[in-house]
Amino acid sequence: MAKKNVLTDPLVDNNPIMLQVLGVCSALAVTSSLQVSLIMCVALTSVVACSNFLISAIRNQIPSSIRIIAQMVIIASLVIVVDQILKAYAYEISKTLSVFVGLIITNCIVMGRAEAYAMSNPPIPSFLDGIGNGLGYSLVLVSVAVIRELFGAGKLLGITILPTVNDGGWYVPNGLLLLPPSAFFIIGLLIWAVRSYKPEQVEERDFKISFPVRY
Amino acid sequence: MEAHISLFVKSIFIENMALSFFLGMCTFLAVSKKIETALGLGIAVVVVQAITVPANNLVLSLFLKEGALSWAGVADIDLRFLGLICYIGVIAAIVQILEMVLDKFFPALYHALGVFLPLITVNCAIMGGSLFMVERDYGFGESVTYGFGSGIGWALAITAMAGVREKLKYSDVPAGLQGLGITFITAGLMSMGFMAFSGVKL
Repeated sequence: MAKKNVLTDPLVDNNPIMLQVLGVCSALAVTSSLQVSLIMCVALTSVVACSNFLISAIRNQIPSSIRIIAQMVIIASLVIVVDQILKAYAYEISKTLSVFVGLIITNCIVMGRAEAYAMSNPPIPSFLDGIGNGLGYSLVLVSVAVIRELFGAGKLLGITILPTVNDGGWYVPNGLLLLPPSAFFIIGLLIWAVRSYKPEQVEERDFKISFPVRY
Repeated sequence: MEAHISLFVKSIFIENMALSFFLGMCTFLAVSKKIETALGLGIAVVVVQAITVPANNLVLSLFLKEGALSWAGVADIDLRFLGLICYIGVIAAIVQILEMVLDKFFPALYHALGVFLPLITVNCAIMGGSLFMVERDYGFGESVTYGFGSGIGWALAITAMAGVREKLKYSDVPAGLQGLGITFITAGLMSMGFMAFSGVKL
């Protein structure tokens, strides 16, 4: 039961992007095409899961004063492995992802989970926690990417779904969705949707507005 | 000289780290509630970025590139696959050194920037700057300009964002959009504003 929660909590209830505000950078940057986002999700999920497992396995040996550096080294090594695999088997995609594979090192989800969960829990739950958070990240990434690619280019994974006007179809693609700002809007609206569904996630106002105003 | 000026302007406005590459978003969203703190963090990023990008450029050209180790007698070694771990090591070390130097010689500045310096190690804008420098094959001079310019661009973006958010907290925002949601949408609008620069040819 407990293990199940570790795996499913980060999906909606405690989503790393929407609630913890971690790992937003890559979520915004790689989502203009679904294929690239899927690769990014797989890469990130495997790095989070493995780094959580390894860090948790040696958590009692790491002196707390140098733990950040120790975590960094483990994460960076894993990212190098992922980067080399991508370069070997999916060279085109690794070109499109450009610096964002390397940026998994500084992706706050990886560091955040290592620090918040793996340092105080045994290896197996940490591994599951890593997978859960990776999936929570993937959920947001994939939904944003589907919206952006489907309505921005009329395609999904390169297959035409909505035939665009340029190719003799009927759909006029919304070019803005392929540009950077749209990612912000989509994630903002996604947060709005989730918080309307789960009102307990709504943040407190700094200033209360009181109605009606009495004079 | 002209090339450097155009690279400088380009890295501040057209290729703004925060608003067109989404780098350093976590801190961008988390530390932009007040103008003073945002400005402090912005200055810290400019300083660190201007030091780490050229430093990583030196690491690349003196140790990692193919044939770079010929001064040590081993000419045909290509260590570029170790790049990621070297850059992050250099960044972490420089941030640490900077913290100690500031503490010793400029205590006032240290107290102003103190809390933000450790945060910077994991700021993607810093790492991203170094990785872009590698990918675009900048020379040493260009990497100084690029590091400085991209740092300023990021500082500009976070300060502007903090200014908007300070006013925004008095607005009547729908409950579900309160906080993070409206911040994302504001950032989207700012990013659209910065897109206007993308037509500028230098």
